[in-house]
Amino acid sequence: MAGPIALEQATQWRAFRAVLRRDLYVTWRELPAFLAQVILQPLFLLFVFGKVLGSLGYTRNNYAHLLFPGLLALTAVLTAMQTLAFPLVAEFGWTKEIEDRLLAPMPTLFVAAEKVLFALLRSFVATLIMLPIGVLILGSIPWRWSGFPLFVAGLVLGALVGAGFGLLMGTLVQPQRINLLFSLVFTPLLFTGCSQYPWPSLDRLRWFQVVTAANPMTYVSESLRGALVPSVPHIQPWICLLVLAVAICVLMSVGVKGFYRRAID
Amino acid sequence: MPKVHPRPYDFEVLPRNDAGHAVEVVDLVKRYPKAPVNAVDGVSFGVAAGEVFGLLGPNGAGKTTTVGMLTTRVRPTGGRALVGGIDVMRDPVRARRQVAVVPQRSNLDRSLSIRDNLVFHAAYHGVPARERERRAAELLDQFGLLDRAGDKPDFFSGGQGQRVMIARALMHAPQVLFLDEPTTGLDPAARLFVWDRLRELRDSEVTLILTTHDMDEAAFLADRVAIMDHGRLLALDTPAALIGGLEGEGTLELAADGSADGAVVDALAALTGVERVETVHLQAENGAEAPPPAAQPLRVRLYLTGDAALHVAPAAAVLADHGLALQDVKLGTPTLEDVFIHLTGRTLR
Ligand SMILES: Nc1ncnc2c1ncn2[C@@H]1O[C@H](COP(=O)(O)OP(=O)(O)OP(=O)(O)O)[C@@H](O)[C@H]1O
Ligand SMILES: [Mg+2]
Repeated sequence: MAGPIALEQATQWRAFRAVLRRDLYVTWRELPAFLAQVILQPLFLLFVFGKVLGSLGYTRNNYAHLLFPGLLALTAVLTAMQTLAFPLVAEFGWTKEIEDRLLAPMPTLFVAAEKVLFALLRSFVATLIMLPIGVLILGSIPWRWSGFPLFVAGLVLGALVGAGFGLLMGTLVQPQRINLLFSLVFTPLLFTGCSQYPWPSLDRLRWFQVVTAANPMTYVSESLRGALVPSVPHIQPWICLLVLAVAICVLMSVGVKGFYRRAID
Repeated sequence: MPKVHPRPYDFEVLPRNDAGHAVEVVDLVKRYPKAPVNAVDGVSFGVAAGEVFGLLGPNGAGKTTTVGMLTTRVRPTGGRALVGGIDVMRDPVRARRQVAVVPQRSNLDRSLSIRDNLVFHAAYHGVPARERERRAAELLDQFGLLDRAGDKPDFFSGGQGQRVMIARALMHAPQVLFLDEPTTGLDPAARLFVWDRLRELRDSEVTLILTTHDMDEAAFLADRVAIMDHGRLLALDTPAALIGGLEGEGTLELAADGSADGAVVDALAALTGVERVETVHLQAENGAEAPPPAAQPLRVRLYLTGDAALHVAPAAAVLADHGLALQDVKLGTPTLEDVFIHLTGRTLR
């Protein structure tokens, strides 16, 4: 029976790859829009907080180096999240575009997995673009090859957390409530994720430290700080990675459940 | 292929030619979460390979839900459905290879051009690259879409979108093609175009299952028609047999200027040549309550032996005897609409 089963699996993977190719094709054709979407926000944050405030003397010299890993974390998480959440709300809600893919000869889970993989790819591209932009704006960026494995782990887990959030939001949020996504989800996530300040320094603001500890993005920021600027006090990397792994499992399993609920009546 | 034994109906639900069934449905049930009643309530039928099968029913009858279950988009609550011999519940992935759907509402990919919509659909289904280009060119031509092949579907009219979706559905050469109300909302020319394409498909291998609430469409296109209402099948046969099942050769529909009691109906039924009289009631529509039947102006349909025109004068006389004036008369031979009225006591729309 190996023959027919192998053939069946080949068909399913071919469908998976075709759907991924469709997403890449559309992104490629809309490249300027994609770049604007992923670059603009971190670019401005980097410029204002890293450059302008520093030049005016409101922040200390090393603040930009502390901020940079945080902005990488922010970009990784938010890009993955946006890539999933908004199209999903639209496709399930009103364009119904996703139906043609749901009817392709592959398990429903593959359609969700493709969305996640695509979100990861976009997230990586967006984060990597930040490196030259950082050099350009700040003159230099913190970089340690010895921190590279942790850097990669932090980015991958960060993108996965973002994708998990995106899947959850994209299948949970009703289309008519899509603007609530911005005000009630994105903004709080953006500012409680420790991308603009190291978590241990929040000692003096105990309640906020507790709040930020509940945001998985905090652990992405902290692990990237641990990788690039270890002299800044940060949460132990193993704690970060462990918390992220748990958060990913929870977000993904709830998100996939939501996806099934929307995909099959 | 497992043999299916539908539960007994008082009509034949399986195709008479036993060339092999493209679709077999047994006691299919769907209840949506939190719904008080079943949207599809124990439906059984079989469709022969190459047949054109029509599901005729009013809004909310359960047509889309039935199509959804057969195409793996809706999970059945009970019963069984085989498409191309494959159980849609047990093996949805393989079932998807057999089918294509033209949905009731457009679900074209708005980020892709028309041509890319076709080409990527074929790619999802594993059609090799060169073959999908060839088929896309052929189908775009056949459906009169060549000059718009590079456009995005955003500004397409309903009729153009419908053409694109039928073309897209054919890209992976499905065994069974489901069309959910393929001509609803189209103007007469666009409808004729779609009908022509579907008539062409009849002559090919593909099995067509189409839903509609248009009796003309069902009668014109379908080999057999199932009449569905409230999630149940009320009848299933060839259009000719369904119509032939109504006694009489003609119908006469009369509308009077006031309401009336059973005495008028009895008097009409007593006329010579009148086989049967049916009272037609208005339906509540769009939330507006219809007046109670007793308060509605009289509207009856007479099933006749012989020429309908000869019965107008006697019928008008009966109405006059009861103080009513004739307001509207329609003569005709029975249609599927009459079959529907006969089965449910109300009009299709
Ligand atoms: N996703 C859903 N959730 C809950 N109820 C639903 C859902 N889809 C359909 N229904 C209900 O199921 C019943 C059958 O609906 P269905 O769409 O199958 O009818 P239909 O015959 O296709 O009607 P129409 O001619 O209006 O398209 C209706 O009462 C409808 O309200
Ligand atoms: Mg419908």
